[in-house]
Amino acid sequence: MLEKTVAELSAALKAKKVSSVELTQGYLDRINRYKDLNAFISLDPGRSLEQAKAADERIAKGRAGPLTGVPIAQKDIFCADGWRTTCGSKMLSNFVAPYNATVIEKFNAAGAVTLGKTNMDEFAMGSSNETSYYGAVQNPWDVKAVPGGSSGGSAVAVAARLAPAATGTDTGGSIRQPAALCGITGIKPSYGRVSRYGMIAFASSLDQGGPMTRSAEDAALLLNAMCGFDLRDSTSVDQPAPDFTAGLNNSIKGLRIGLPKEYLGAGLSADVARAVEAAIDEYKKLGAQVVEVSLPNSQLAIPCYYVLAPAEASSNLARFDGVRYGHRAPEYKDLTDMYCKTRAQGFGAEVKRRILIGTYVL
Amino acid sequence: MALDRKDVIKIAHLARLDLTSAEVAATTSSLSRILGLIEQMNAVDTKGVAPMAHPQDAALRLRDDRVTEPDQRDKFLKIAPATEAGLYLVPKVIE
Repeated sequence: MLEKTVAELSAALKAKKVSSVELTQGYLDRINRYKDLNAFISLDPGRSLEQAKAADERIAKGRAGPLTGVPIAQKDIFCADGWRTTCGSKMLSNFVAPYNATVIEKFNAAGAVTLGKTNMDEFAMGSSNETSYYGAVQNPWDVKAVPGGSSGGSAVAVAARLAPAATGTDTGGSIRQPAALCGITGIKPSYGRVSRYGMIAFASSLDQGGPMTRSAEDAALLLNAMCGFDLRDSTSVDQPAPDFTAGLNNSIKGLRIGLPKEYLGAGLSADVARAVEAAIDEYKKLGAQVVEVSLPNSQLAIPCYYVLAPAEASSNLARFDGVRYGHRAPEYKDLTDMYCKTRAQGFGAEVKRRILIGTYVL
Repeated sequence: MALDRKDVIKIAHLARLDLTSAEVAATTSSLSRILGLIEQMNAVDTKGVAPMAHPQDAALRLRDDRVTEPDQRDKFLKIAPATEAGLYLVPKVIE
């Protein structure tokens, strides 16, 4: 049962071939068995099973939606009421969120079960999951390899079948890159589609939540639950979201796929090139037309990112000062000293580096 | 652009971050390296290129002026490091 996709689990739950309580317990057992992967920061089996029980009652009453009773792992960047929410940082090691992110609220309303909070690079700053205060995450395909980041715990949870699906967030690749490194499906939705309310901010003009799943169908199912206009996010796009499952079986015959030549030149390793070529061949077989295009300013993307993202991070992370929540230094001589010591103790090296770059460029 | 120790100490103070002297040394070199990377953008001719504030056709909206949040003072104070009489407690600022 734990090998099934979200779409298959949804059908099995509706047909009462399995209960949400059995399924949730099954995944919790498997998480425990593979805890060395370090994919999760926080688990709360009592809370998860309570949600599963409520989902089973909802299914029994015939009021189930596609995600009712399906356990979903949530990246530890989403505030979930009553759950410890650390964002991979010592700064928030004692922070129990007092409210739900819109994404969590939407999954709760759909009847999904929160299976636990997944490991991540500290404040989503990293591409290997090694900057987490709670330790690195192992790639289940090769435990000596990194799983990617920052949504590495979510990618590993799905790849190792510790959860049928998970959420991630992506600022500069944090869904797409770990999904690629763990062999799963991940999508960064267009900016403004998924509400950022209750999603701990890194670089607000780039941050976007999205699904991490085993198939495109599952990604569409999760996107349907996650997307939508939200008054509480000032940059939420006020446009109705389409049904993302509607086009799943459409042919790609005649679709034109652009292949940026700058991505396929120097610096590309041979095994990655082979995998990309194999995918291109597959698209061609399915009738797509592949054309070479040029994105001549590609090499400026990272320099540009290193101005914008740290600048926004230094502003966003100014809120972690030890006053209202989170870590506070045990000893200090005055208010400024309390801020300086709290932040020195609470943040890891990579987060400090980005705050400092951001402070400089601002 | 290369930064020196004094620059880094000043930036760290602006960011309210205590750095050890080892951290100052490491930060001085890593910041200088990243600023070198950023400088690549100086080579681009942006004459005649219109600034782009947003890739989509979006504008900030106004909301109605009405109360939407309930009073959750106790819930929020419960997770604070130090409180007294319904307020957040910090070291004395004004003598």
